[in-house]
Amino acid sequence: MPFLTIVYALLFYVATALLVGGLAYKIRQYAKTPAPLKIPTTPAPVTRSGVALRMFRELAFFESLFKSNKWIWLFGYLFHFGMFLVLARHLRYFTDPVWTWVDLIQPFGMYAAFAMAAGLAGLWARRFLVDRVRYISALSDHLMLALLMAIALTGMAMDYLTHTDIVAVKAFFLGLMYFNWQPLPQDPVLLLHLALVAALMIIFPISKLLHAPGIFFSPTRNQVDNPREQRHLAPWAAKLENK
Amino acid sequence: MADFETPEIKEYPVIPHLQEGVMAHSKPFVAKEEFQEQLGFPGELVDNWEQVALDKMQELTGKYRGFQVFLDSCVKCGACTDKCHYYLGTTDPKNMPVARQDLLRKVYRRNFTFAGKYFPKLVGAVDLTKEVLDDWYSYFHQCSQCRRCSVYCPYGIDTAEISMAAREIMDCVGVGQKYCNEIIGKVYKIGNNLGLPEPALVDTLEGLEEEVEEDTGVKVRFPVDEKGADVLVVTPSADFFAEPHVDGLIGYAKVFHEAGISWTLSSHASEAANFGMFIGSYENMRKVSMRIREAALDLGVKRIIMGECGHAWRVAYSFLNTLAGPFDFLDPNYPVPQHILEFTHDLIQRGALTLDKSANDDMIMTYHDSCNVARASRMGSRPGGQFTIPRDVIRASCNHFFDMPQETIHEATYCCGGGGGLLTDDLMELRVKGALPRMEALKQVVEEHGVTHMAAICAICKSQFSKVLPYYGFTMDSIVSVHQLVSNAIVLGNKQ
Repeated sequence: MPFLTIVYALLFYVATALLVGGLAYKIRQYAKTPAPLKIPTTPAPVTRSGVALRMFRELAFFESLFKSNKWIWLFGYLFHFGMFLVLARHLRYFTDPVWTWVDLIQPFGMYAAFAMAAGLAGLWARRFLVDRVRYISALSDHLMLALLMAIALTGMAMDYLTHTDIVAVKAFFLGLMYFNWQPLPQDPVLLLHLALVAALMIIFPISKLLHAPGIFFSPTRNQVDNPREQRHLAPWAAKLENK
Repeated sequence: MADFETPEIKEYPVIPHLQEGVMAHSKPFVAKEEFQEQLGFPGELVDNWEQVALDKMQELTGKYRGFQVFLDSCVKCGACTDKCHYYLGTTDPKNMPVARQDLLRKVYRRNFTFAGKYFPKLVGAVDLTKEVLDDWYSYFHQCSQCRRCSVYCPYGIDTAEISMAAREIMDCVGVGQKYCNEIIGKVYKIGNNLGLPEPALVDTLEGLEEEVEEDTGVKVRFPVDEKGADVLVVTPSADFFAEPHVDGLIGYAKVFHEAGISWTLSSHASEAANFGMFIGSYENMRKVSMRIREAALDLGVKRIIMGECGHAWRVAYSFLNTLAGPFDFLDPNYPVPQHILEFTHDLIQRGALTLDKSANDDMIMTYHDSCNVARASRMGSRPGGQFTIPRDVIRASCNHFFDMPQETIHEATYCCGGGGGLLTDDLMELRVKGALPRMEALKQVVEEHGVTHMAAICAICKSQFSKVLPYYGFTMDSIVSVHQLVSNAIVLGNKQ
């Protein structure tokens, strides 16, 4: 087995473990922490299903962001939904046979990479051009965009400039999943792409990418507006009543 | 008038370029030892304050899911940067919601996250130093907890929650704010924010009875501590004498009179405001709230109705059931608590009040949605009732009503500039500058529709506008209570 294959195999096991373990830790933390007061941003839905719909609009359309700023919304939407399609398309490298719906979105997934890169470029430009956003940007905010952009560009390079042996890549990942390791093509662009993706997986649970699970636990968005109808009491607050 | 310049109202509102540090000098007086201690906080900065503060921060992340999620989730997208009235009015970048949050978040990162512990420079994490604490004191007292930013945040991050946590941490290391803490102390000792004792309250209310009788020839009662009344009314103590608040109180009394429903104020709970929320202290907020429960039990009422007050309605609507419930000893046919506007609105709907709109023909009205009512509560049974019910009552009471521009009302409403415990003279510059967006919107309807008066349903809004309107060339009496309009229009003695 080539040395690099072993390195990458181990890298992806470690990255996956950190991503899954880290996210599980954070999600558990969010779920276990009580929300002692009703603080939905009103007007808010008065039923559970209303809340589900509000959350769906937030996730599917970035509703609040749309209200806020059309440029951020446009770039953010291009990036996230471009990435969503790209990720869905990538499922073909982890499934055999490839699922039908993954096959169907394949052509869109190819173009989605451009949307993703364009969105990232727009978001990044704002960090330089808008004085307010420049003020709040830390080095890590730029690096995060750089990392995502590099992943998108190396991915696109393999589509349009220098093809890699994609059949072998798929064999490598299926091999990882079934513990039957196969050699990884020693292609510099591919190796870079994969290393960057692994890096993204590793930093996910320790960075602002936590906004992904965070949104589901945001009390201003996920609470039902019914404080008069239903008494809401956190366990630690209930203890105060027995004093 | 003061050593700062009132911002200029431009033809169109513009998002200003930032100017670093221009509001760093703004900070309210610090609470003295005695006022700290009666709330259970240390009297002065404790020796190991850094550790105490970090311990408190960790405790709060474990007690409040919102605080924990909000600290982790911000991606610095910039959606909130132009949403705060204090940023728009002062141009200080630390008044951008994300930057205000970051004053605390960067300390959280340094101490409680992997990236902040090992790569502080990379993620902008810093240690908690005296300079940082000073910044906290300054800028977490430049947030009125109005939640406008939370409407626009893609994750619903609410800077009010961060501000409350920051103020609680500061209280716990011994650096509290004089205004809030002194006032909460007064509620514990006397029963209301103004420190108005029972005999003075009774006196004031008798004076009002005489005044109304002189005006109208009808004996409208202002009862206090009357056992067996149907309704306990809890209203901000400013309603007892400040203008235009008191005209609102007269309005409530006339409505009860016409409805023929017995009501009473309570000297024990003679305050709707609950400044425990401003300082983020669940325990103090609960202690203040319990006075309402005690009064309701003691007086044997069937219902609780809250007067016109913004954050008080938030605490009452959203938190009272949690803090002081369950209210199973009250009449289950009515929500607990109700807002006075829900009560009046319902009577109007049922045709139980006769209103002569022409009594308000000397005024062309607009309406200021108070931030805590708009974004942190509801009225009626449908979402958004907090917008329609006050407007319905205004329209039923006067002939001329025009709304301010859409992006400045309803859920997008701007804070008056004095909310969140910032209503003091030592913060006058902040208050005047923070009122800019509301003043711009007001000016627009003044020019387009000849609006002469603005109604509000919050004691803080009313006091704040009385004070800052003149800075922008309006008269101080152009702010009115909604129930003042009802009071003017109501025809007494019609329904019996």
